[in-house]
Amino acid sequence: MDHFANPRNVGEIADADGVGEVGNPVCGDIMKFFIKVDNGIITDIKFKTFGCGAAIATSSIATELARGKSIAEAQKLTNKAVAEALDGLPPVKMHCSNLAADALKAAIIDYKKRRGLDYSDIRMDDDECGGCESACTGHRH
Amino acid sequence: MQRVYLDNAATTKIDPRVLEAMTLALRDNFGNPSSIYAEARTAKKSLEEARAQVAALIGAKTEEIIFTGGGSEADNMALRGIAEAYGKKGGHIITSKVEHHAIIHTCEYLQKQGFDVTYLPVDEFGLTTPEEVKAAIRPDTILISIMYANNEVGTIMPIREIGAVARERKILLHTDAVQAAGHIDIDVERDNIDLLSLTAHKIHGPKGVGALYLRKGVRMPPLIHGGGQERGFRAGTENLPGAVALGKACELAAAGFEKNNAHMKKLRDYLLDGIFEKIPYVKLNGHPEKRLSNNVNVSIRYIEGEGMLLRLDMDGISASSGSACTSGSLDPSHVLLAMGLDHATAHGSLRLTLSPETTKEEIDYLLEKLPPIAGFLREMSPVYKAEAGACGRQELKNCAACPVGREK
Ligand SMILES: Cc1ncc(COP(=O)(O)O)c(C=O)c1O
Repeated sequence: MDHFANPRNVGEIADADGVGEVGNPVCGDIMKFFIKVDNGIITDIKFKTFGCGAAIATSSIATELARGKSIAEAQKLTNKAVAEALDGLPPVKMHCSNLAADALKAAIIDYKKRRGLDYSDIRMDDDECGGCESACTGHRH
Repeated sequence: MQRVYLDNAATTKIDPRVLEAMTLALRDNFGNPSSIYAEARTAKKSLEEARAQVAALIGAKTEEIIFTGGGSEADNMALRGIAEAYGKKGGHIITSKVEHHAIIHTCEYLQKQGFDVTYLPVDEFGLTTPEEVKAAIRPDTILISIMYANNEVGTIMPIREIGAVARERKILLHTDAVQAAGHIDIDVERDNIDLLSLTAHKIHGPKGVGALYLRKGVRMPPLIHGGGQERGFRAGTENLPGAVALGKACELAAAGFEKNNAHMKKLRDYLLDGIFEKIPYVKLNGHPEKRLSNNVNVSIRYIEGEGMLLRLDMDGISASSGSACTSGSLDPSHVLLAMGLDHATAHGSLRLTLSPETTKEEIDYLLEKLPPIAGFLREMSPVYKAEAGACGRQELKNCAACPVGREK
């Protein structure tokens, strides 16, 4: 997975226009997205993620998909689009893409809140522990 | 690329001498041990020699060894067998919260059958005490099952002392010695063990063969009904190549005991010192002294284990973790949680397990590759600076002065 080996857009934006964080350490994933918005366009985007390999890869691809898009387009980003763009997310890791799409939406909601804009049209996929780690498989020896 | 295999608690590479013994048995020793002619007698003789080799490793009598299809089967056989033989009207079983799933899931199954199970807690190092075992004993207790050494954190349980308690109260003691056999000096007589599970693939033998030691006089129904092999406990024409391989692996483990343990212990301590020296915010999981000579388990705070494992793999290193991602459930390792670790710390656990073949060069290679991986993942982690910065320093690489920087 190239996006796991070389994740794009890792980091923070000090003067971000919107910051969104989803997940929690109990679930095993935390994703934090930072966006910079100019004229309704996402001009810069960065992320920080605590989570499994797929969580890192989906974060990376979601930032790539959102960069350069308008807020209106970006907020419609679906988990399916994230997974398809990665092309080859194992079925058990599909939940990771929910989380990445949600992190982006959370950042957009924050941006809209700061501007006093209406954000009631944004739908989150799942906000409880239903993230990445919950869908992990493996075994113990 | 060079591969450095540091997951010997998961399974081990077959020893060439075991492979040779096994191949010879498979090729030449094809007789059915139950028949009467020459080929059968040769096979029977090899089978009993192998049984004696297994018995010798744990101080048992030859006839007290039952060959099984591995450690999980031996664990299932012990618990279900004793439950059926001694607990017809229900009964009470004592075990611990840190057992392998072969024990825990069997206990859960027995609970559904009406048995009562006490899962003893452990301390921060993963230890259950003989006093706690004693306090949990009830008039209807039929079995105590406590592992000899833990597969994740390597903690060695006080089995001898627990055995003394069990003997005093006349309760049967089973121990899962899958990780301990060959690594710890085990003597079923001295330790008062009545049943013991072990498996070949953790001691450089093949997968799918193990043994259950069953003390003479302890009753148990057959696990498999059929032609009465293995003293009636486990029917089916014997897996002679497997038994021979297990026997050889046990013989080699006994012969190399001192040398192998000394070698692994030295490298284990070197590895641990290296990790603590090169990476801040690391927690040792398991007991500092009462631990297997081949086990290193640490939590690298602020990062998650699977990402670490995938990156180590990209560098040619095989390791494992107790993160939820590798456990098959929402929760991270039940062992680490039972020891009181919070979820985030448990998700960041890393287990490195050595073999007698592990070299200092391999450990040096790991110590070269791991710190940048930890650093890279921490840079990416949203919880790193936020929490680590709480010690008041922004520059974390030289955080020796920070009280949480070194938590050995
Ligand atoms: C402590 C312990 N018990 C039981 C088992 C199961 O043994 P096997 O894989 O031979 O079934 C293992 C290893 O997988 C183990 O580490």
